[in-house]
Amino acid sequence: MAIVELKNVVKNYGGRKAQGPNAVDDFNLTTRDGEFVVLVGPSGCGKTTTMRMIAGLEDLSAGSIRIGGRDVSDVAPRDRDIAMVFQSYALYPHMTVFGNMAFALRLKKLPQAEIEKRVREAARMLDIEHLLERKPRALSGGQRQRVALGRAIVRQPQVFLMDEPLSNLDAKLRVETRAQIIKLHRSLGVTTFYVTHDQVEAMTMGQRIVVMLDGNVQQIATPHELYAQPVNTFVAGFIGTPSMNFLPATVGDDARSLQGEGYRFRAGDARAAGLAGKAGATVLVGVRPEHLKWCGSGDAQAANHLAGKVDVVEPLGSTTMVQVDVGGQRITAQLDSAIAVEMGQPIALTCAADVLHLFDAQTGQALGLPAQA
Amino acid sequence: MSPIATAALAKTAPPAPPRRRARSGPPTRRLMAPATLFLLAWMIVPLAMTLYYSVRHYNLMMPELRNFVGATNYKLLLTDPTFWHSLVNTLVLVMACLAITVALGLGLALLFNRTFPGRGVARTLAISPFFVMPVVTGLIWKNMLFHPVYGLLAWLARELGLAPFDWLAQQPMLSIVIMIAWEWTPFALLILLTGLQSLPEDQIEAARLDGAGRWQEFRHIVVPHLGQVLYVVVMLESIFFLTSFAEIYATTSGGPGTATTNLPYYIYQNAFFQYDIGLSSAAAVGAVVLANVFSFFLIRFVAGNLNAGSAR
Ligand SMILES: Nc1ncnc2c1ncn2[C@@H]1O[C@H](COP(=O)(O)OP(=O)(O)O)[C@@H](O)[C@H]1O
Ligand SMILES: [Mg+2]
Repeated sequence: MAIVELKNVVKNYGGRKAQGPNAVDDFNLTTRDGEFVVLVGPSGCGKTTTMRMIAGLEDLSAGSIRIGGRDVSDVAPRDRDIAMVFQSYALYPHMTVFGNMAFALRLKKLPQAEIEKRVREAARMLDIEHLLERKPRALSGGQRQRVALGRAIVRQPQVFLMDEPLSNLDAKLRVETRAQIIKLHRSLGVTTFYVTHDQVEAMTMGQRIVVMLDGNVQQIATPHELYAQPVNTFVAGFIGTPSMNFLPATVGDDARSLQGEGYRFRAGDARAAGLAGKAGATVLVGVRPEHLKWCGSGDAQAANHLAGKVDVVEPLGSTTMVQVDVGGQRITAQLDSAIAVEMGQPIALTCAADVLHLFDAQTGQALGLPAQA
Repeated sequence: MSPIATAALAKTAPPAPPRRRARSGPPTRRLMAPATLFLLAWMIVPLAMTLYYSVRHYNLMMPELRNFVGATNYKLLLTDPTFWHSLVNTLVLVMACLAITVALGLGLALLFNRTFPGRGVARTLAISPFFVMPVVTGLIWKNMLFHPVYGLLAWLARELGLAPFDWLAQQPMLSIVIMIAWEWTPFALLILLTGLQSLPEDQIEAARLDGAGRWQEFRHIVVPHLGQVLYVVVMLESIFFLTSFAEIYATTSGGPGTATTNLPYYIYQNAFFQYDIGLSSAAAVGAVVLANVFSFFLIRFVAGNLNAGSAR
């Protein structure tokens, strides 16, 4: 259990003479003690590289890493007191499950009774007691995954690192194991870094989430903050399913109203400040599909209004996903399934003022966000 | 029953189900036949002939005296001190060469598994002794390296102010072991290197995070991974070492005295110097038995070690 601090961490795989883009660029993060931090982002964004630097398996090109106050930038992996769960599990194939879990403890020369106790306890927590005498090759994917977790747990390390530990499991098992990992974390309280490319996994598991793109940290925030206040269009589009709709709109003279072909919006009080001095300019309006509502004819005067033609209807049971052509742009709306919509039919949609997101049309940066704490 | 009745019956009887032919698989036997015949001609026939000659009096100098003599050849063999000496020589040769080639091969494989400039060239050079024919190996070492007057080693000794050493005369067995080990270390290197390269990197990394140092990493991860490969190396090499002949033939001719006479050379001498086909056949049968005993114990030993290494 420890606080992990990454300061200006940079990784460039070019070696001493840095070449090409940095795999990780200027990564800054200080965890709380016992925090569950999720790194999320598309493939190749530098998540694994960051983890490997924390583990000590990759050297830093610049910056420093501290664990529990100790600078470990130049400390060998074996002396960092970190346990890692590999995506491939990396179990030792010639050892039994017991041997795999006991390996680190034996190297530490713990007494046999203590080793036995810790392994049995972890095995009981993970429900793999009956597998202790088996070799990894005689295990299913889910069982191997739990052994890999067990091997990390018995160490009682300062920090857990998990690199896409669920990506080789089928969907059902993934959801179960996800819950199990969260439960484990809550009961062990060990600072954990968890990597995934799946935003749902990130949102459900993370106490804090680091969104990365091309080696750069985009935003570090709680799941709710990420959802409600994404700092740019990448984060806004990446978090949430189905993803946010973006519509270009011209800012009116009052620096409040927004106009586009087939739709008009009026920025909420919270965001309006972002439009100051932008009269006549174009901005991107972001609105999530689940915030769009069907708009009866009586609401024709609503401040936020989109009119278009239904393109595709996907009933999902409780809700209906509707794709609407608004002035030549395709947007998605998640509507109550009680509303009958048919393909080709004209439709009007509305939404509340405080759910609108505003982004700079050029940079994609959010406009009118409350000042970052 | 009259023929007519039979015919009538045949007409009324339901048509017999067509005989099931083994059409499900390929004609396994016919396809395997060439290999089997080849094996038969190549191994079983000579073995049978050897067994046959070993129980007969058969000396090329006395061609008309060819009669069944029972175990006489074997008795002669077991009372021949040279036979026992050659047996010991064979075992010494095999064990020494195995130890050296595996240890050296493993060490080199570990080195060549790292990246360094010029690795490709160095690797090719390291492997090249394996492609030198055994007789050529013998001649090179005898005339260019070991030779007390013209040899490289003698020159080195003189440069260092030491008396040149006549390797093949003074340390014949050691010299033979050095030659054969030189020839076969590349083989061990090659196979062990392939084995090392198939070790997943993440296992090493997991072990490192688990607190393993270099030695523990080697002992607990690398060696068990190489188990199968080591086994192959030891098996193949021991078969070849048991039958080494050309290197001895080209250098010491089994001498001085019988210092480097191994079993194959002993058989050769009896057959082509004493012309005693009967006795040498008996010795050959002995060699077959030795090879089997040896590989039996070797398999037990290696397999036992593997299991011990992987237990828990
Ligand atoms: N060993 C390496 N050598 C060179 N480039 C690498 C190496 N490992 C990763 N990279 C590069 O660094 C970037 C980040 O990779 P990685 O951290 O594996 O991404 P992620 O885990 O987020 O998918 C990628 O562009 C990848 O090609
Ligand atoms: Mg990765």
